Parts: sequence; C-alpha cells; structure tokens
Amino acid sequence: MVQDKSSARKAYWRANLGLMGVLLAIWFVVSFGFGILLRPWLDQVSLGGAPLGFWFAQQGSILTFIVLIFYYAWAMNRLEVRFADRLGSDDKPIPDVVAPDAASQEDAP
Amino acid sequence: MSATLFWTGFFVITSFALYIGIAIASRVGSTDEFYVAGHHVPPVFNGMATAADWMSAASFLSMAGLIAFSGYDGSVFLMGWTGGYVLLALLLAPYLRRFGKFTVPDFIGDRYYSDTARVVAVICAIFVSFTYIAGQMQGVGIAFSRFLEIPIEAGVMIGGLVVLMYATLGGMKGITYTQVAQYCVMIFAFMTPAIFISLQLTGSPVPQLGLVGNVSDGTPLLMKLDGMLTELGFAPYTDGSKSTFDVFAITLALMAGTAGLPHVIVRFFTVPKAADARKSAGWALLFIGILYLTAPAVAVFARTNFIETVNESVYNAETTGLVEGESETPDWFHRWENTGLLAFEDRNGDGRIQYRADPEVNEVTTLNRDIFVLANPEIANLPSWVIGLVVAGGIAAALSTAAGLLLVISSSISHDLCRKVLFKSMSDRQELLIARLSATGAVLIAILAGIYPPGFVASVVALAFGLAAASFFPAILLGIFWQRMSKEGAIAGMVTGLGVTGAYILAYKIFGWIPNDAEHWFLGVSPEGFGTIGMMISFAVSVTVSLLTPAPPPEVRELVERIRAP
Repeated sequence: MVQDKSSARKAYWRANLGLMGVLLAIWFVVSFGFGILLRPWLDQVSLGGAPLGFWFAQQGSILTFIVLIFYYAWAMNRLEVRFADRLGSDDKPIPDVVAPDAASQEDAP
Repeated sequence: MSATLFWTGFFVITSFALYIGIAIASRVGSTDEFYVAGHHVPPVFNGMATAADWMSAASFLSMAGLIAFSGYDGSVFLMGWTGGYVLLALLLAPYLRRFGKFTVPDFIGDRYYSDTARVVAVICAIFVSFTYIAGQMQGVGIAFSRFLEIPIEAGVMIGGLVVLMYATLGGMKGITYTQVAQYCVMIFAFMTPAIFISLQLTGSPVPQLGLVGNVSDGTPLLMKLDGMLTELGFAPYTDGSKSTFDVFAITLALMAGTAGLPHVIVRFFTVPKAADARKSAGWALLFIGILYLTAPAVAVFARTNFIETVNESVYNAETTGLVEGESETPDWFHRWENTGLLAFEDRNGDGRIQYRADPEVNEVTTLNRDIFVLANPEIANLPSWVIGLVVAGGIAAALSTAAGLLLVISSSISHDLCRKVLFKSMSDRQELLIARLSATGAVLIAILAGIYPPGFVASVVALAFGLAAASFFPAILLGIFWQRMSKEGAIAGMVTGLGVTGAYILAYKIFGWIPNDAEHWFLGVSPEGFGTIGMMISFAVSVTVSLLTPAPPPEVRELVERIRAP
C-alpha cells in the first residue's frame, strides 16, 4: 500500500511536470517567440491591419496566457480526480519545521 | 465650484465611504484572519482583489500613455506584467497555498530550516514593498491636488488615513473586500471613456478591438497611425527602438518579478485550497486582461487623436483667423497647458501648432505621458462626471496597491520577525497588536515618503521588479522543484541576486556613476532588464552552493513532498 502510494505520487508529479512543460513552452513561444524573436518575420503577415508579431506582443500573448492558466486549472483538477483514490486526500495542515510551537496550532478559532 | 470639481469630490467621497464601510463590516480578531482572511476568500473574489492589488496607479494612469509614446517598445510592460501570472499559476501559487502558512518569509524560513534565511526574506520583502508604496502615496497626493484643489500633503494624508483605517481594522479580510470594490471602481472608470473613444474613432463599442480596427474610410487604424507618424518624422508606431535582446531581458525580468512580488504571492494564501489558487490566478489575469487588452488600443486612439486634433491646428482662432479647412486647437489642450504637463511654443510664429519628431521644429515642447488617460474623457467630449470617475479610479488603483504592500510590511515585522525570530513565546493577541502597530508605523512612513518623495521614485519600478526577480523568484522556485536545495544555497542565492541587481540599478539609475546608455550597459542590458541577469546569477549561485553543502534534513524533504501532493 505504501509502495503503491509512493509510486502514485511519482506518477502524479510526472504528469504534472509534463503538463507544465507543454504549457510553459506555449507561454514562451507566444511571448518571447512570436512577440519578440520572430517578430520581424511574423510582421509580414497582417491581422486586420496590425502586423501579426506586433499584435502578439500587445494582445495575442495576453489572451493566450489567460487560456493557459484556465486550462491548467481544469487539467489539474482532472488529474487530481484521476489520482484521488490512489493517493487519498491529504489535507492536514503542514506542521512547522523549524520551531515546533504548540501554541500556534491552537490559535485559529 | 465647477461641475468637474463637484463630480470628482462626489465620486472620491462616495468611494471612500464605501471602503470604510467595508472595513467596519469586516473587522477581524485573529492573526489567521488578519494575515490571510482565514483562507476563506472565494477564487473569483480573490482574482478581482489580486487584479486591484496588482494594478497600481502606474498601470491605471501611466501605462496607456507610455505605450502611446513608445509603440512596440511598450509591449514589454504588456507581456511582462501579465506573463508573470502564468509562472505564478503553474510554478508557485498552488504549492505555496498547499504549504498553508501566512507569509512569503514563512515559506523561505521553513523550507530552508533557517532563521537567517527568514530574516533575509523579511529584509527583501520590506525593501521591495517600501520602494513601491512611496510611489502609490505620491500618486494619491497628485490626484487630490490636481482635481480637488487640495494641497498634495493633505491629499497624501487623507489617502494614508483611509488605508490605515481599513488595513488595521480588517487586515487581509478588510483589504480583500475593499480591493474587490476598488477593482470595480477602477475598471468602470477605465472602460467608460475607452468605449466612447472607440465608438468615435472606429465605430466599435469594444475598445479592445481597436488595435485591429479600421477607421471610417476603411483603412486599418494602426496603418493610418504609422503613416501619420512617418510623415511627421517619427519612427513608425509598430517599430521598436530597443534591441531585441534588451526587450527579451526586460520582459523576462518583469515576468519573474511579478511572480516574485510578495504582495501578489500572499493573495494566493487567502483561498481555501491549492486548486482554488490555480483557478484564482486565471480569474486574476482575466480581470487584469480587461484593462491590459484595452490599454494598447487606448494608446493608439490617444496618439491618433492627438495628432489629428492638435497638429496644424490654429492655437488662437480669434487673433490668427481660420483659413478654409483648418480647425482650432481643442479646449482641453489649453486646460492641460495650465497644469504644466503640456506646453506649446510658437517657434515659427505662424500661430499654428507643429508637432514633429525633430526637436528644432517641434512646437509641443512638453507632453507628459500621464495626461492621456486623464484627458481622455475631455478629448472624447464626455460629460464632467466621467472625469470625476477617472480620478476616483486612479485613487482606487493607488490605494488598493498600497494596502496590499502595507500588509506585507506589517506581517513581515509582526509575524516573521517578532513571532518567529525574536519573541517566540508571544501570544496570538500580542502578535495581532504588533501587526496593527507595525501597519500604523508603515503608513506613517509611507505618508512621509509620499510627501517628501525620495529622488529615486521614478526608478523604483525597475528596482522592485529586478530585486523580486533576482531574490524571491529563484529561492521559491528551487525550494519547490529541487529538493536538494540547501539553506546555504538559498541564502547565498538571495544575497547575491539582491546585491548584484541592486548594485547595477543603483550605479546606472540612482547615483549615475556610469552613464545610463546602451553603450555602457553590461551585455547591452538596460537596468530595467537587469533583473534577468541577476536572476540567472542567483540560480547559478544557489545550485553551486547547494551542491557543495550538506543536503537538507529529512523533515524538509517530507515538507517538499507534501506541498507537491494534490
């Protein structure tokens, strides 16, 4: 059981890292790629009168960022549901590491 | 009393009454509520509060004007100040929320099992927040003095006292709900004139589409603007003047800085769980996006409008007389001349305004970028209540950011310094009292800084973002994603990142030891973009030192495992 839980944790973490990698690649491409490095080349194309590279730098990247975050939130929820029975819900507060202080645990009403 | 003065007073007083009302309704009695609103804030509200917390007087008043004058170069702010939320949502916020404590130094101190690391983080947090807060208070003072005919000092004090009231009574809970209200005031104030100007120029009620819109004869607006600017000797709007590498560096520094600013991070401690932190970052960016997608369009409208109505207009039609086809300089130009933000000098004595790139011929000798957002309602011939609304919006933007920063300062002192390092046996009630006292102290210092602004306020943005990018961002990121990172590595990384970035910005921008131009910059990177280099150095130092020092103890590895778990 312990073995299973730890391998499930690893699989969950790997899936998370993979998802993050893809989304960060998109994040990089739309801003640093389209908006900055590839701009001279993309600017030859026009989007409703705006050069495409310029448009990505001023609006396209922001729109993509919004979609990326909502997609990540959605995909992570799905991932958590998929792993929920194998990992169990571990929602206890994390204890202090440096100064274990009994009083601080009881402050909250 | 003029109508503008009446409406400005009306909106400012009404909005202040609203903020204070919310503060009284959300008084708190425990540190948990004071620091993180008891972790009870719903994700959508936290998104709105984060948007208000994040968008300062600079975003609201200056950004559109800044972009209007720098064209493509202005993109660094648009991408940099929004792209950081992707980093926050993916790399930092959910894990920090899972960690579940109160402050950023809390995480640094626990993860790096060291009070030294905690104190370094406290110093970084206080330093970054103070540099930022002075600019906000000054913004409030200027808004008061210009529109309500109240001296700057009195304006700063009124603003400071209002923040003090809701920050000390309600702590994070009070701040959160006032920020929600401030976001609404702010976005309504920004969008109303933008929508009307968009209707006038492009016929579309959605100003965000202005960037890809056409003017009435079917020419794309941006192409028309490019054409007008080249004719007057300016560089085309869609071209940039900065080097590609510098644009890259500034954008990355602003993104990492955004993700590393403690007053932004701490907002994600207030939601119920890690999944909410992710969702709430999405909402935050959506709410910020409404303004940030409008700002570049407003910039294009403003620059186009300015050239069309001001250039070659007749300054004084009564004395000069109008020739067929000429128009008179609009009234708002004369009104803004009185404020000193706009100046005209008739060099060739023809009685007409020539706006040109060439400084020898250009007759618009002063043109402050801040006037565009403020003058927008007048440029669009909107009624005077809209102007009052814009002023209330600007004040809301400044106060909401100031309150967030204030809470970081007060919690760093009361929680991290006093409770966790100096007086470990302190009770919750004593800690709450110290939190309120340090908030009061911080407001008083912020008021002073707003009245007697230190000379470097203008360079503060570069400094705050550079320092956050080079200190907090690497330390938190590696703390979550690299278990091997040791306390020595973290302390060395934060200190070098802070030191190198701070020294570079001080040398070029504050003391001016080295001329601030591209020829003298290290690798051609401007002080604004140096945070990127500082961050790289900090990463390199952290990793090297960690590998040379003992691995963190098993409890810390367990802590990292637990914050990664769903």
